[in-house]
Amino acid sequence: MSDSIDIINAFALLTNFVLLPALSYGSQLALGALAVTLVYSILRFSNFAQGDSMAFGTMIVILLTGFMIGNGWTVTGIPTALLVIPIAIIGTSIYMLTIDRLVYRHYRRIKAKQNIVGITASIGVMFITGGIVRFILGATPQRFEDGERFIFSVREFKAFTGLEQGIALKTSQFLTITIAFLLVAFLFYFLQKTKTGKAMRAYSDNQELALLSGIDPDKVVQITWLLVAALTTIAGALYGLDKGFAPQQYHLLLLPIFASVIVGGIGSPLGAIAGAFLVSFSEVLLTYAYKKFLIYLLPLSMHPKSLVQLIGTEYKYAISFVILVTVLLIRPTGLFKGKVIVGE
Amino acid sequence: MAYLEGANLVAAYGVVPILHECSVEVEKGELAVIVGPNGAGKSTVMRVLLGMLEATSGSVTLEGKDISMLSTQDRISKGLAFVPQTKNVFPSMTVEENLQMGGFIRKDDISKTIEEVYSLFPILHEKRKQLAEELSGGQRQQVAFGRAMMTKPSVMLLDEPTAGVSPIVMDEIFSNILDVRNAGMAVLMVEQNAQQALNIADKGYVLVSGRNEHTGTGRELINDPEVRKKFLGG
Repeated sequence: MSDSIDIINAFALLTNFVLLPALSYGSQLALGALAVTLVYSILRFSNFAQGDSMAFGTMIVILLTGFMIGNGWTVTGIPTALLVIPIAIIGTSIYMLTIDRLVYRHYRRIKAKQNIVGITASIGVMFITGGIVRFILGATPQRFEDGERFIFSVREFKAFTGLEQGIALKTSQFLTITIAFLLVAFLFYFLQKTKTGKAMRAYSDNQELALLSGIDPDKVVQITWLLVAALTTIAGALYGLDKGFAPQQYHLLLLPIFASVIVGGIGSPLGAIAGAFLVSFSEVLLTYAYKKFLIYLLPLSMHPKSLVQLIGTEYKYAISFVILVTVLLIRPTGLFKGKVIVGE
Repeated sequence: MAYLEGANLVAAYGVVPILHECSVEVEKGELAVIVGPNGAGKSTVMRVLLGMLEATSGSVTLEGKDISMLSTQDRISKGLAFVPQTKNVFPSMTVEENLQMGGFIRKDDISKTIEEVYSLFPILHEKRKQLAEELSGGQRQQVAFGRAMMTKPSVMLLDEPTAGVSPIVMDEIFSNILDVRNAGMAVLMVEQNAQQALNIADKGYVLVSGRNEHTGTGRELINDPEVRKKFLGG
């Protein structure tokens, strides 16, 4: 057996268990982080309800998926969840606009110190949203993926390449990465090139001058919530297709999402994406057991006996937390020089 | 009746009274300057004229029509434009985007107006793809003027356009203001640098504690011994 085959096998292994999972997890985080960034830039508060809002959007997807499958309205090969996402986005938009009308608008009107007031209000919204989801769907984990599970499976890959280690591309991974890429491209095009997108950036830059230029703040806020609802629903649905749905899990996503936003530099959309991949790769790389990988690369005498896992998977949220704290201590503006939160 | 007129304006921030029956007016093609000590209510006059602060009494008229009840945005579409003292550009947007945002409420083609701004301030054409925050103080002020001109206003309100800039930049800004006036707009400006401002002004108002203390042409005010002693440092 030649060495080069071993090296290829080792990296096939890494692609299957690190690269693809981290890429799709990172894409899901990126969409959530972009939603947080939009709310922060336009409405000027950190939205603690993000994780539970993702659960809310996913809940609608699950309910609609069940309804579609129950009626036999499915398309072979495509997860039904994908088909119902547009309707779920409308549902989530209505929910978010209602919440804005009932909660956040009041604090904009009285010109409250927006970040801290918004944070406090959004914590309330977080509990209510989480409660609604548990009330309707229950707290038990569930899966809602149907259709083809794999674009190509480990066995197909092995048969095709003759390698000992296989790579599988799950449908959910493929969809996550593709959809996230398209959505991010659309979002950047929208913000950079369209009149409405520019008005949103102008409003985020300088509210009073935006007003003096005739930009309608209510409209900007509404469009922001529509975009946030789309990002949130899609992020939630993709995460659920990939890893299954559990309200508690979604609630906890807040930590890696906030870590992504802050690592990237709060308020910077590019930073949020970079931060999301930094967090996802740290999580997956640090919790992966490298034993098999090393066996391929090292001579027999040096083969590891332990799992060579740096951190147990049960500690994966601690990784986000450590990243968060480190960034705040060393470089509070984040990688892409966002706004510093203190003193806002 | 003057083109833009604020008559007997009374206004307060909460319970703190700021303006007491203060009146200002400006004609097209004229530069009027409001000077006075800190806290005299100079900027408040502008906020009232723009509808950003509601007057408790008095009226604001444009071309003889009362606009006191209109919102800020409606006044802007009627031809008023405002350049605030600070935060008067969109820092993380390019020069061109700043101008586009200035013309946001216009339904017609704004590219011609952008060209006009560029011909008035050629340096902005050169830097049109650069972010406003990367420009020098004087250039940023030109962006601020340009943004305000995008609605093709008939009245330009300027709040301390030379605050915190060097004397050279100040001269540059004043010459820009004269260009704007010579283009036929009515310009009303609040200014700290009273001497220099009155020098180029067609009309001046000296405001003290929210009241009109002295009114006259720029020259008259500069030559008035009392104004000189109190406000121009002798």
